Amino acid sequence: MNAREEILARVRTALGDGPSEDVVPPRGYRSTGSHAPGSDEALDLLVDRLEDYRAVVEAVSSADLPSAIARVLAESGSVVVPDGVPPEWVDALTSVGLEVRTDRPGAPLATGDLATGDLDTVGAVLTACRVAIAETGTIVLDAGADQGRRVITLVPDRHVCVVRRDQVVESVPEAIAILQATRPQTWISGPSATSDIELSRVEGVHGPRTLHVLIVA
Amino acid sequence: MPDWEELRDAGSAIKGQVMANLPELLVQLEEQVTARGGVVHWANDAAEANRIVTELVQATGEREVVKVKSMVTQEIGLNEALAEAGIDAIETDLAELIVQLADDMPSHILVPAIHRNRSEIREIFLQRMDDAPPDLTDVPRELAMAARSHLRRKFLSAKVAISGANFAVADTGTLAVVESEGNGRMCLTLPETLITVMGIEKLVPTWTDLEVFLQLLPRSSTGERMNPYTSMWTGVTPGDGPQQFHLVLLDNGRTRALADEVGRAALHCIRCSACLNVCPVYERVGGHAYGSVYPGPIGAILTPQLTGRSGAHDPNSSLPYASTLCGACFDACPVKIDIPTLLVHLRGREVDAQREDGPTAWGAAMGAASFVMASSTRFSVAERALTLGRVLANRRGTISTLPFPGSLWTNARDLPVPPKESFRRWWTRTHEGDGSS
Repeated sequence: MNAREEILARVRTALGDGPSEDVVPPRGYRSTGSHAPGSDEALDLLVDRLEDYRAVVEAVSSADLPSAIARVLAESGSVVVPDGVPPEWVDALTSVGLEVRTDRPGAPLATGDLATGDLDTVGAVLTACRVAIAETGTIVLDAGADQGRRVITLVPDRHVCVVRRDQVVESVPEAIAILQATRPQTWISGPSATSDIELSRVEGVHGPRTLHVLIVA
Repeated sequence: MPDWEELRDAGSAIKGQVMANLPELLVQLEEQVTARGGVVHWANDAAEANRIVTELVQATGEREVVKVKSMVTQEIGLNEALAEAGIDAIETDLAELIVQLADDMPSHILVPAIHRNRSEIREIFLQRMDDAPPDLTDVPRELAMAARSHLRRKFLSAKVAISGANFAVADTGTLAVVESEGNGRMCLTLPETLITVMGIEKLVPTWTDLEVFLQLLPRSSTGERMNPYTSMWTGVTPGDGPQQFHLVLLDNGRTRALADEVGRAALHCIRCSACLNVCPVYERVGGHAYGSVYPGPIGAILTPQLTGRSGAHDPNSSLPYASTLCGACFDACPVKIDIPTLLVHLRGREVDAQREDGPTAWGAAMGAASFVMASSTRFSVAERALTLGRVLANRRGTISTLPFPGSLWTNARDLPVPPKESFRRWWTRTHEGDGSS
């Protein structure tokens, strides 16, 4: 018998011969929030929670988004963008003289337009998101075409993330219902942090030290 | 959280469901991971898991791996096993890095270097981290930034990473790692090969079940609404993240715990550390005193079940006694593990086992104490004799060496010096004849 058969056999013995109990877990917890997705209340809650995590948050109109992107990133030097972001975002970046590095999800990491080491020297990364959870101040990326590979939002020191109003849900269960399990996901709730030294909080340990959220209201 | 109790009830029931259906769920997880490009390995015990991981690393030709904080790899002593094979395992969690650089032992599940202060950490970095800035101060932010730049070079060059897992979703094959610093994301994203080791109990049946645990874990662990980073991956995603993924499913005593219908609830643990933080015993003695990878109340019920009983003097068998049964841990547990009941149950098991061992020194001492305490005359004589023990006191007011069998106690800890006078003698002396006695 190999280890697999041995372990499974021991588990079955440990559980006894009877049929496995059909436990149905009680689900009395909230499966939706009290505010509708994309409502003003949900947006206010998200802003409150993001600010609490010391992310920089701005609400902008759809028409003002390109100028906001240009303003926020103007000093960054070079910016990584996934190849699926709207072309006007890229135009906004080039209009202020920024060097734009494009990430192409299909390409292998080492031979694409961008090598991992390069990411350590770019000034910032600009992405969209898949869903945002107001109650916990969480932004979820699922490597969609406008979010890029996981690595691009990890190595650069600054992450500017655009959240559309209709992407904001209030609670974790609402986000889980939208997300597809098998896509690679990164849930981001504020900048990286540690309390490992005398429980004193230090922000910006490994991920981007600044998280800047543009909410398109 | 208006629905906290409902979430706890759901979490508890889902974990019960996992245990009841474990064989089917494990097979389902294996199928899903395999279908999405991962390779699943099974390990009966620590030695087997270490051998599998070592061989996987050797197959890549690498001599250095980066690691995400993981209790299970500590449980199996993976770093030591890799070192024997000439492979350096670099811990990337800040606290784990401190512990590793200092050749130390973690003392807490969540903040393993809580026993070190900032100036000690500065010294450790200056002495053991080759690229620490020479003018490093003991400001936590500066220390963290020194670790950031030290580790960034490691992350960017690492080809192999080793992680644990907080959750594995059986019906999709998705794995989740919950963290704060971002070192987890680095390890799970940058290297070409990812090896994840997880205990067979860490499953949840469905993707939807994660909505319960992702609300319970951060609040119970760090007190945050949500931890800064959670990474989830399913097998291999072409062009994104590690292109080789290995999952090692570990038993190492878990099926032994599962066989005990009461004791198996210890396997519901999601390693949040809430029970440590509220435990009056943990607060006094600290994590190292438990002498096990899993400290605190959960360690007291998990460790002895995982290791089994090696004999009459197995220190792990005494862990269930390291509690006052106050119940604070049960109240704090996000998956409602009734730790006090398990402690009593495991004490009962230990007493039964000792009975089978035959007469012990402990039993003889208790018999003698019972004889003395049964008579007030004998007890007074014993009290007076005890006062003589004061001659053994050292300058700290304790007794640190006693002849056998007292040495069984004093080898590991001091004994307080007996008082000059017993309470009964004091009472007689001060109240005699005043009518109040």
